[in-house]
Amino acid sequence: MLRWFPENISTFGGEIDSVFRFIYYIVGFWFLLTEGAIFYFLLRYRSGPRRAASYIRGERWAELAWILVPAAIVLVLDLGIDAAGARAWARIKEELPADAIQLRVTAKQFNWEITYPGPDGRFDTGDDRTLENELHVPAGRDVVVALTSKDVIHSFFLPNVRLKQDVVPGRTIRAWFNATKPGRYELACAELCGFGHYNMRGFLTVHAPADYENWVREMWPTVAAGADSEG
Amino acid sequence: MHATATPQTAALPQHAEELSFLRSYVFSTDHKVIGKQYLSLGLFMALVGGFTAYLIRWQLAWPETAVPGWDYVEPDFYNVLVTMHGTIMVFFVAMPILLGAFGNFLIPLMVGAPDMAFPRLNMMSFWTIFLASAVLLASFFVPGGAAAAGWTGYAPLSADPLYTGVDWGLTLWILALALEFASFLMGGVNFLTTAINMRAPGMTLLRLPLLVWMQLTAAVLFMLSVGPLIAGAILLLLDRTVGTGFFLPARGGDPLLWQHLFWFFGHPEVYVILLPGLGILLEIFPVFTRKPIFGYRAILYSTLIAGGLSFIVWAHHMFVSGINARLATPFSVTTILISVPFAVIVFAMVATLRGGVARFPTAMLFAIGALATFIVGGVTGIFLGSATVDIFLHDTYFVVAHFHYTLFPSALLGAFAGLYYWYPKMFGRMLNETLGKIHFWVTILSFNAVFLPLFLAGAGGHMRRIYNPLQYDFLKGMQPLHEFVTIAAIVLLLGQLPLVVNFFWSLFAGAKAPENPWQANTLEWTTSSPPPHGNFPTPPRVYRDPYEYSRPGNPRDWMPQTAPLAAVAADPAPS
Repeated sequence: MLRWFPENISTFGGEIDSVFRFIYYIVGFWFLLTEGAIFYFLLRYRSGPRRAASYIRGERWAELAWILVPAAIVLVLDLGIDAAGARAWARIKEELPADAIQLRVTAKQFNWEITYPGPDGRFDTGDDRTLENELHVPAGRDVVVALTSKDVIHSFFLPNVRLKQDVVPGRTIRAWFNATKPGRYELACAELCGFGHYNMRGFLTVHAPADYENWVREMWPTVAAGADSEG
Repeated sequence: MHATATPQTAALPQHAEELSFLRSYVFSTDHKVIGKQYLSLGLFMALVGGFTAYLIRWQLAWPETAVPGWDYVEPDFYNVLVTMHGTIMVFFVAMPILLGAFGNFLIPLMVGAPDMAFPRLNMMSFWTIFLASAVLLASFFVPGGAAAAGWTGYAPLSADPLYTGVDWGLTLWILALALEFASFLMGGVNFLTTAINMRAPGMTLLRLPLLVWMQLTAAVLFMLSVGPLIAGAILLLLDRTVGTGFFLPARGGDPLLWQHLFWFFGHPEVYVILLPGLGILLEIFPVFTRKPIFGYRAILYSTLIAGGLSFIVWAHHMFVSGINARLATPFSVTTILISVPFAVIVFAMVATLRGGVARFPTAMLFAIGALATFIVGGVTGIFLGSATVDIFLHDTYFVVAHFHYTLFPSALLGAFAGLYYWYPKMFGRMLNETLGKIHFWVTILSFNAVFLPLFLAGAGGHMRRIYNPLQYDFLKGMQPLHEFVTIAAIVLLLGQLPLVVNFFWSLFAGAKAPENPWQANTLEWTTSSPPPHGNFPTPPRVYRDPYEYSRPGNPRDWMPQTAPLAAVAADPAPS
């Protein structure tokens, strides 16, 4: 199952994958144990001549221990899974990094509008640029996206970044990521949003640092001369 | 807990006059007839739901090609299909069959009552869901088509016709659900009252068969959770029809409110469907291993705990919905905690199988198949219960595979087990075992061939409810998987033909069923097959637990609940 995961290109994607792997081995063990017991018991105790079933009601503690002790182990493992997950969740979803590139993403049936603040680093100024379905970020930088929707609920999904966040009309929801590997990846809508839902596709382009400066110069040719590439 | 129920059964209805055909088979107040009516409705709706699955699967495997026996599936109709498939299967197949059919048929028989406490209410509950089904099916034919906002009906998509182009269809969808809820509220009241107040003398609460406990828990969960959703449905209806804005931000509303109301109901609803299915397995395992249930009380208390926990886990459907991120971890903890009571129930079932004398008629095969597949659904829930992993897996095929692995074992494999097991009692004929075993093997193999690969698709990030996966480069490699799954799904659907043939052939030509063909203990097997109007010629008196199989000192390996204590006077009974 683990081989099916899309390539991870984000700083926190590895944490999500390792929590998945942690759960995978724990539940895999219990799955094999329980299924094995079922099939072993059924084959071992299938009906035959001169055999009688044993009369065990499982009402005494000594008998119940056979199921309560494993259940107690399940409880302990559950708490371990919770702890592992809670740490990763807090880092990924509960806090936003300081000093990040700020972008606005507006979802609508059936497009993503990505607004860049331009060289002045501020929104709602003359050098803002909005691109449809094209999300450009430099590799290795924290990026915060402010997600809003013009109509219904969409879900901002970057499979390779392991980031998914619903986009809810009437709210601005902030999410962050840090993509480490340059390349062009897909951005998908993961929440049913109407008849064009399946086609609400965009692209994430992760630029190597030098390449990113070239892209900025192309986007803001007049102001780029003296300005930093700070997005 | 040892108080004996009052002997309500003393007042058996004596029906001297012949009832008309209409009163006997259509507007009947007999719980057994009503149970069969629910069964027929559920099986019919399963055909509709199965056909939607066929259209969905064809479109996914061979996108935008004409579906054999149909036409091209357009994107907006695809959304109708996924919406109606979920709605039909959960509300119009699983609930009518598990609660409506088995609950209705079995609860009065198992507690030793002549009928439900409120027979006319019972009849009304069936005709209400009949009307609900008619409204739902009619919504396919109104201008604009049927609801297309997903079975979860997320607002604002569902709240304004502007967003989907569906106008009347979605309004009828709300109406159909409202009627369906009303129907099951009436049913729930009946189930509770009957099982609490109409137990035969000696049928203490801890002598109730576990199936009855499961049905009771399901009824309580449903009644406690459905209120918020009914409120939500009314608000949604107002948004659509009179222009309020409860869920529309432009008019001051909040879309997440709908999700809270929906899932506060939605999660207990999962157990409303799951528990009666588990109850069926719990009746079948002791009979075909000739052993008592291992840990009756452990199972009972675990069920009640799981039912209670199911009210405080709903936000696990909303980890990435935009709720306060600090809510995720507490809901993650409660969600994953539910694995403990279910682990106890599953381990108790496994322990029941140990040391028995196992026989494998079709009913037992389906019960084992249901348990073995349900475990897959259970363990994969842990992944989704972890908020961290859910960031990636939410709204992917991993979720689709997971809930099919929990609901299919209960609502279909469990129901099939129950059907093969109680068909003799329902219809007075035995089902054909050869056809039954063909049905079992085709179903279990093709079911796993459909849904195991979908876990892989989900791990690959494949979103659900995507009309044409070929739109995405990262999904293109999964097309062979889609084709394989679709072929398996067609086999699964065709694999139900042996059941259809068996059902109707046995109705007329099956071997006559004796009173107690499986040598089982519970009360329904102490009366004729099928039982007469009023169920028991003389009111039964209960002396013992429902699972007294292979008790030492007893010459037979079974002992009906009505066997008096004197029958085992010489027995050194472990208390």
